Amino acid sequence: MAWQFRNDIPIYTQLIAQIQQKIVSGALLPGERLPSVRDLAAEAGVNPNTMQRAMMEMEREGLVFSQRTAGRFVTEDAARIKDLRETLARDQVKEFLESMYLLGFRQEEIVSFVEKEGEHHEHSGV
Amino acid sequence: MNILECKGLTKRFGAKTALDGVSLTIEPGRIVGLLGPNGSGKTTLIKLANGLLVPTAGQLWVNGRAPGKESHAMVSYLPERTSLPLWMTVKQLQDFYEDFYTDFQRERSSEMLDRLEISPKQRMKQMSKGTREKVQLILAMSRQAKLYLLDEPIGGVDPAARDYILDTIIRNYNPEAAVVISTHLIADVEKVLDEVIFIDRGQILFQSAVDTIREEKGMSVDALFREVYKC
Repeated sequence: MAWQFRNDIPIYTQLIAQIQQKIVSGALLPGERLPSVRDLAAEAGVNPNTMQRAMMEMEREGLVFSQRTAGRFVTEDAARIKDLRETLARDQVKEFLESMYLLGFRQEEIVSFVEKEGEHHEHSGV
Repeated sequence: MNILECKGLTKRFGAKTALDGVSLTIEPGRIVGLLGPNGSGKTTLIKLANGLLVPTAGQLWVNGRAPGKESHAMVSYLPERTSLPLWMTVKQLQDFYEDFYTDFQRERSSEMLDRLEISPKQRMKQMSKGTREKVQLILAMSRQAKLYLLDEPIGGVDPAARDYILDTIIRNYNPEAAVVISTHLIADVEKVLDEVIFIDRGQILFQSAVDTIREEKGMSVDALFREVYKC
């Protein structure tokens, strides 16, 4: 997956968001060994210290852990990953609802709209 | 210890003041962008740091040493314009570097050249501008220096070559050394930098971490640059 960056927020927070996405989507599996900070930095095209900062932050949040000699791994704590998945989903829904309210939609309208569009999405395989 | 430290550094060329009382420090492990418009003093600062110029006033230290033989040996410099003889082959350039610099790691340079499929027999004059820039960067980064001074390393090369150059800088990252990249192509290098130094008319406007600028101003360094240096 290609890394993409916005211009108006810090790079390290964007690194965290994109690695979190890989963990909750299963692109990175529980207990999977992560590449070295240098390799990850090169892959993302970012400064190694910025990648290190993102890793330290995720370690603090219990999403990754390091073992002195073996490297750094994705957490094996399924509950922690499930929790993160829900938090990220909640953020997305909150943002979506706010935009829909701005468009003048009411809650019932939004629900039926989402159902209809969701079916369409599934059928078209998007 | 700081990799580079300047105190009240001033350089005049006749009546023109190119650098005016510059004080700054660069710590080990940092990749620093030296940003400013043309003629702001970037190259003068770099040439003072590598000992090609002598300050009119003020002082500087590289890894704690005043300019001299010892400080020169710790600096790897990539000039803005090709400085290497164009008639030389890649192999001859490697010989040349090996003779000049005891910290030159020939194998490392060969590995990088191989990956680009640049033959040791190829001459500089047979290469495109982008390839020439890559060869020069590879030679500069293959030294085990304390301070890498890269003057406009991505100026005038295509985006693919630009990516290669930035990738090479990241892959050669050394926590005990510092890299200074002077450029006005900020959008391209921003993600590779820890911090930036804005310089204008020979003076430091400010020095700040890239993510601090993004956090505090809600804009990229590139956008800030355009605002600061608006004509």
